[in-house]
Amino acid sequence: MSPLWLLILVAWPALMAAPIALVGRWPNLRETVSVLTGVALLVGVARFIAPIAAGARPEFSVFSILPGLDLAFALEPFGLIFALIAAALWPLTTLYAAGYMRGNDEPNQTRFFICFALAISAAIGMALSANLLTLFVFYEMMTLVTYPLVTHHGDIESRNGGRVYIGILMTTSIGLFLPAIVITWVIAGNVDFTPGGVFAGTGLGGLAAMGLYGLFIYGVGKAAVMPMHRWLPAAMVAPTPVSALLHAVAVVKAGVFSVLKITVYIFGIDFLHVTGASQPFVWLAAFTLLAASVVAIYCDNLKKRLAYSTIGQLSYIVLGAALASRLGATAGGLHIVTHAFGKITLFFCAGAIYTAVHRKYVSQLNGLGRAMPLTFTAFTIAAISLIGLPPMAGAWSKWYLMSGALDVQTQMVLVVLALSSLLNIVYLLDIPARAFFLPGDDKTPRGFAEAPAACVVPLMITASACVVLFFYARPIIAFIDTAFGSAS
Amino acid sequence: MITAFFNQMPVLVVVVPLLAAPLCVLAHRAFAAWLIYCLASWAAFAMAFLLFVEAKIAGQVSYAVGNWAPPFGIELVIDTYSALVLLLVTGVAALTGLYARKSIASEIAIEREYLVFALMLLCLAGLVGITVTGDAFNLFVFLEISSLSSYALIAMGPKRRALLSSFQYLIMGTVGGTFLLIGIGLIFMMTGTLNMADLADRLPEVYATRTVQAGLAFIVVGLSLKAALMPAHIWLPNAYTYAPSAISAFIAATATKVAVYALFRFVFTVFGAGYAFGTLPLGIVLLALAAVSMIAGSLASIFQTDVKRLLAWSSVAQMGYIVAGFALATPAGVSAGLVHLLNHGLIKGALFMAVGAMVWRVRASSINDLAGLGRAMPLTSAAFVVGGLSLIGVPATAGFISKWALMSALFDAQHYGVMALLLVASLLSIIYVGRVIEALYFRPLPDDVSHHKHGEAPLGMQVATWALIAINIVIGVHATPELEAAARAAATLVGGGA
Repeated sequence: MSPLWLLILVAWPALMAAPIALVGRWPNLRETVSVLTGVALLVGVARFIAPIAAGARPEFSVFSILPGLDLAFALEPFGLIFALIAAALWPLTTLYAAGYMRGNDEPNQTRFFICFALAISAAIGMALSANLLTLFVFYEMMTLVTYPLVTHHGDIESRNGGRVYIGILMTTSIGLFLPAIVITWVIAGNVDFTPGGVFAGTGLGGLAAMGLYGLFIYGVGKAAVMPMHRWLPAAMVAPTPVSALLHAVAVVKAGVFSVLKITVYIFGIDFLHVTGASQPFVWLAAFTLLAASVVAIYCDNLKKRLAYSTIGQLSYIVLGAALASRLGATAGGLHIVTHAFGKITLFFCAGAIYTAVHRKYVSQLNGLGRAMPLTFTAFTIAAISLIGLPPMAGAWSKWYLMSGALDVQTQMVLVVLALSSLLNIVYLLDIPARAFFLPGDDKTPRGFAEAPAACVVPLMITASACVVLFFYARPIIAFIDTAFGSAS
Repeated sequence: MITAFFNQMPVLVVVVPLLAAPLCVLAHRAFAAWLIYCLASWAAFAMAFLLFVEAKIAGQVSYAVGNWAPPFGIELVIDTYSALVLLLVTGVAALTGLYARKSIASEIAIEREYLVFALMLLCLAGLVGITVTGDAFNLFVFLEISSLSSYALIAMGPKRRALLSSFQYLIMGTVGGTFLLIGIGLIFMMTGTLNMADLADRLPEVYATRTVQAGLAFIVVGLSLKAALMPAHIWLPNAYTYAPSAISAFIAATATKVAVYALFRFVFTVFGAGYAFGTLPLGIVLLALAAVSMIAGSLASIFQTDVKRLLAWSSVAQMGYIVAGFALATPAGVSAGLVHLLNHGLIKGALFMAVGAMVWRVRASSINDLAGLGRAMPLTSAAFVVGGLSLIGVPATAGFISKWALMSALFDAQHYGVMALLLVASLLSIIYVGRVIEALYFRPLPDDVSHHKHGEAPLGMQVATWALIAINIVIGVHATPELEAAARAAATLVGGGA
């Protein structure tokens, strides 16, 4: 397949923003264009699965930004996984958003769908980037195009949320991520994603490598490692479809994806293992995942609770990367997939609840299970997947994460993971338990009161994916593992 | 005929705007004067482009004025360093022409409009003269031409405070000019020549004398005043704030940049990097001042209530970035400083133009007055947003290229502290740009204001603003030609490949 396809895939959603803007006056047509664009993107990305699994690594260089540094795209397993997730969940979310935005009479829907398309373009751009500079360009593009989505309502609350959002993301990216890239460029003379890393033979010492790795971990603010996590709860002022696709999948996954790419292709697993440069970050990630879970228990606002849950889940992936073992990185890649399906389901449910009964606090959900059985069943399935119990997909990523920890002799991580699972049970299963088993108040609807079908169908699809992926995890693992084919 | 024209181009690029100025006065009508300005500035721009190409091919273009052979006559010398600055100056001047027609008309009485265009041409001639001349005293003369005309231009601002700011600038500018003159006098005393190349040959013999050391000190201080490097910046915020909008855009993008050009022309070409940065501790002094400029300018910017003043303080900070690059005296550093000199001219020009378009509509420039313009002037506001992102240094804008070049040069030269300060200053710029953007998009348009009769800015203003924005983006995504040219220029200044 021609490498030019890489550029086409990145540009496609952004180009289609123009037709979406043009047909903005006819909402049905606009959403049809959006969904079809997404399906076409998914087909385009999926066509690369077989060649990549067979070991092909297509590359396409667009032009040089700086002497010796190109805007260039390349595809490898981690990137393809991330691109597939973004492309698969975009049309579903568009369908869901159509139901949600109309159900809640949201303003400026056309701007909403345009920014959405641009954000997906940025996600694909990151997934396909061949070097750190290209990754950074799309990383910043994603921050900027999601800002109008976060501040969609244009009131004081969203302005304040937007301040925290863009403040933290831009501060970390320009203050830490960019210098980390520049330093890598000066030291290694190369910021291409190279199997085995770029630092071999540069004389970068363990302590300096640790500092640089830290610049990257905290510079990628989208990975939300504490204390750089505050933007994620702040972003919850956005309409729920934005929280669902962008702040449970595209944006946060872009962050942990960057961490994985940098770990595997800039530092190299072996380099990190030998120097131990990433060791401290295992514990920092462990702290984040426990602390975020504890905070989540005390959040009454449903979306905020889910946001803190996301912060915790992201740190699983950062932890997997920082373990500096193949199994850990593989677990990280797998968790990108399983968490994406689980968390988007939870957000879809939160939005469906809001659309149907206009409730956004956990304490208001008592007894709603009978009125919204489909939504809360889907919620339960996704929650179990995130906790990591079979027969849901999340069980596998936790399994591999534990194997990765044993692989590099850090048994304490097992304790952390077990503890985290218990905390997850407390704050996640609390919600369906209230809905199904506690009596509701006077205003709780007695009869069947689900959200519009456009909202409910997508969340049922993603919830079933949580189950299906449990049985099909092996091919994904094998696929990710080909990333290390030439690395070790 | 054509060869003759090409041979005379180095002097024509100065003479055309210089002679067009009295033509403007003779024409007397606002429209005719504007037309003359446009023709002259675009002609100068075209010649600047040809000179840039010629300098690229030949390495250096030399022209003996009046056919008096150097070092006795005045020599004009154009190498890549001067050609790049020349392109910036004439390019911004040409675009300001498109912009100025409606903007000037809204701020200055019609019977005085022709004077504005005449003065702008004089200022342009002076700035162009500084960049092309190879003669130290001639540089001083052109500096005074540009300075005197800019004092008058600033004084024409619509508010009465413009007079005071112009006077303040006049005092500081004259002190700076005098220092420069004293410095040139001192080195002339020791060498008996004013030709820069000749000076560079003769100065090493007398390097050790106090006179030459004092000469360098006077020149550096004098030109730092014109470049508004802290602590000599106090004239700048008022001057930019109260000048007519088109003039703010033109001067902000060119005047201080040309002063920095002249400063490092003297330091590198006349005195030599080894003397200024090896024998004398100029590097550490300039680096310290640059660091103070970056932080203090950015901090001051955050607390401004007037957008033009906010941008002016940000310029003080950005001059720090530029000087920090040059002060490293490494090929990478000089090239990064030059890149930011050009990019910042483009960024600040675009931002002042966007703000000028808003001032055209609301007749005021405080942040509160811009509330809600995001909806009322979508194109202009979008231009401001893109320009602001470039100022912050977001990728795919010219500002990012500057930051990248500066940071890698600073890291390479192991100035980690300055690198950290540069990052802090960039983060501060997020705050001050963000304040304006929030006012544009998150506050409602006031209901009772008469400015509702106006819509978007006129076409000429839009085209000029967006042309600068477009150049910003083109450089941002494909900076290789600019960086290679800057590397060539740096190689001629401090030697070594890059």
